[in-house]
Amino acid sequence: MGVFDIIGPVMIGPSSSHTAGAARLGQMALTILGEKPLEATIGLYGSFAKTYKGHGTDKALVAGLMGFSADDPRIRDSLDLAVQSGLKVDFQIMEDANLHPNTARFSLKGNSGKTVKVTGASLGGGRIVITQIDGYQVEITGDYQTLIAVYQDKPGIVATVTKILAQENVNIAFMRVSRKNKGAQALMVLETDQSISEKAIAAVDAVPTIEFVRLVRPL
Amino acid sequence: MVNFESIADLVELAGKLGKSLADVVRQWEMERSECSAAFLQEEMQRRLVVMREAATKGSTLKEKSFSGLVGGDAYRLTQCDLFVGPVVGKAAIYAMAVSEVNAGMGKIVAGPTAGSCGVLPGAILAVADFLKCDDEILIQGLFTAAGVGEVVARNATVSGAMGGCQAECGTAAAMAAAAVTEMLGGTPEQASDAVALALKNMLGLVCDPVAGLVEVPCVKRNAFAAVHSLVAAQMALAGIKSVIPADEVIEAMYRIGLQIPCELRETSKGGLAMTPTAQAIAERFAKVT
Repeated sequence: MGVFDIIGPVMIGPSSSHTAGAARLGQMALTILGEKPLEATIGLYGSFAKTYKGHGTDKALVAGLMGFSADDPRIRDSLDLAVQSGLKVDFQIMEDANLHPNTARFSLKGNSGKTVKVTGASLGGGRIVITQIDGYQVEITGDYQTLIAVYQDKPGIVATVTKILAQENVNIAFMRVSRKNKGAQALMVLETDQSISEKAIAAVDAVPTIEFVRLVRPL
Repeated sequence: MVNFESIADLVELAGKLGKSLADVVRQWEMERSECSAAFLQEEMQRRLVVMREAATKGSTLKEKSFSGLVGGDAYRLTQCDLFVGPVVGKAAIYAMAVSEVNAGMGKIVAGPTAGSCGVLPGAILAVADFLKCDDEILIQGLFTAAGVGEVVARNATVSGAMGGCQAECGTAAAMAAAAVTEMLGGTPEQASDAVALALKNMLGLVCDPVAGLVEVPCVKRNAFAAVHSLVAAQMALAGIKSVIPADEVIEAMYRIGLQIPCELRETSKGGLAMTPTAQAIAERFAKVT
């Protein structure tokens, strides 16, 4: 942790895990979708399911989906603002003892019709982790610049991407690739020490067989 | 490279470098985050502004929270004769004000958590009124507090779900006690004693919030913890030592936290949350929502 994790975050109350962390989960889900969401089904698990009303967890999750950060006073009114902006939200109270007690599962549909499923947990103090994207196991904390790419699992793709970053003098701190089947669709998550330029993202996006790229900036 | 694992390390570094704890923490953060001194100053100033706004807003707030359980009590305190004296009185007012703003979904600075967000601003803003000092002294106090919180987070926990309220309000009181000690010209050793004294007296405190909300007993407890931190600082400044050193108290806090049953660690399954009144409130609240 650092000084501003202890004296911070600056946030809308009442709970760093149930409000600030929830807003960050929403923001992260929005970034991963990559466009304005029109429909959101949000499954709430564990403590989120039990105490979300009193902590404004529902408001914070939706605020995050609209791009509001954890210290944005509009969190209070986000459910009304969502209706006004054409975002349809449905909350579902779920149970799964295997998940972290503060877990939310988003099923999102964007304005171009694109869909994504994102699962994440709020770990306390406003810190979060995204644990699943479209069925892929991931571990994205938002502490680093994070590049997420979905691609066809074949030799050379990872090397091509890391070369693009190396040319930009971007150092990779953590890296993870996962796939559902050999040769099928795969997902890579790269967390870097330096920021990744738009140019580098465009270059990665242009690599053949890469289906989509997202950049998550530290929250 | 400046690095520390414990309060003792912080005090030793301060001695070796001839600096305050606040300046040791600044240097550590600069090296760790690779951010400039100016950036750190700005970021901390921004936090101070939010703290002060919350304290001011909360002091005049008459509105109840969404649940109706809290709100308007800081204002009530401002309207009475403060027989406890202005510093103690204001610490209670500011701490409760910030906590009420938090409960009402207003903007606050978690420190170390949202549930304990009133303690540190309550204590340092009341002392600043007394000292009539400029913001620089307050910002120094916030860096001192951050160093203490960092050690607790690293060696124990600041989460109520893991360690009970002693980990949240107890840590906040320890942070505030160190900050106030340095703001009033105390030495790093005295600040370390203030940490130990403040935390010792909050050991064992459980987290049993009514209806799972950060409201009862949290809001009023923030006021008590802020006042409590002032007494610890006052003792340390008088040269009173803690028999048990700060790091050992922190370690004890962690062990106690692990021994607190799960019912009393933010699950609302024990303590105050299971009283007939709390149960009735929880039931009523469940119906409203």
